[in-house]
Amino acid sequence: MTVRLLNRDLVCRQAVALVTDYLDGVLSRRQRRRFEAHLRNCPNCSRYLAQIRLTIDTVGHVEPDELDPEVKNELIDLYRRFLEE
Amino acid sequence: MPPTLRSVGEEELVERLRMKDVDAFTALVELYHMPMVRLALTFVPNRSVAEEVVQDTWLGVINGIDHFEERSSLKTWMFRILVNRARKTGARERRTVAVDDIAATERFSPDGSWSRPPQEWTDDVVDRLFAAGVAKRLQIAIDELPPAQCQVVTLRDVERLSAREVCDILSITEANQRVLLHRARSQLRHTIELEMEGV
Repeated sequence: MTVRLLNRDLVCRQAVALVTDYLDGVLSRRQRRRFEAHLRNCPNCSRYLAQIRLTIDTVGHVEPDELDPEVKNELIDLYRRFLEE
Repeated sequence: MPPTLRSVGEEELVERLRMKDVDAFTALVELYHMPMVRLALTFVPNRSVAEEVVQDTWLGVINGIDHFEERSSLKTWMFRILVNRARKTGARERRTVAVDDIAATERFSPDGSWSRPPQEWTDDVVDRLFAAGVAKRLQIAIDELPPAQCQVVTLRDVERLSAREVCDILSITEANQRVLLHRARSQLRHTIELEMEGV
């Protein structure tokens, strides 16, 4: 019985491998249950998931460089020339 | 131009663009030029080539807007034009590293448990990181990812597009997309962890 349980329980390495699928909502119901069961008993993997969420949030705040006004004006000129043709 | 145009809905922008509205085009440039340069840089070797690819993309947008069928968002459509053009130009893509060649940043014991568990982050980590200028460091870390990972994480987490849109833009499978995203996020988490030690 113990062996069967061990086979069904995820180890941390397996749980970590499922994080992206979990966040994208593409795990099967069974996989998701196993993943969430592992998380309930594993502070390290819970912390890892929280940190991946924070990473996503942080990356989403990285702004592009400022648009060079000269580049912008060149593009608008390009558009005006296109309209005149 | 009226500053409000940047915030009008996409449908209205498309409509105005079809009526040859210069303000609508200006708004599009303001919204998407720099994000497109950033995306182009994941395919081509340098900034000047990226700017050329994006300018070429604008021509494609101007010429093609009447054929845009609105089956995808305008942004997705423009990004797809960009990727097609960048791939024809890009030399960078040839040195794509196979996903499996990159060692995972997480370390596990033979029994599958953590050998070096993630360190605790404080609740205000995002604020602290940005205050310390880590955003710049994070952009560099994104740029340093293998190109395919860089492309996927830029589209998913920087541009916040859906998995389906990203697969559509890059012509990759959902499974491949998730593997690349998983590697990229894992590496960027690791980057933040390293930066945290110095913050």
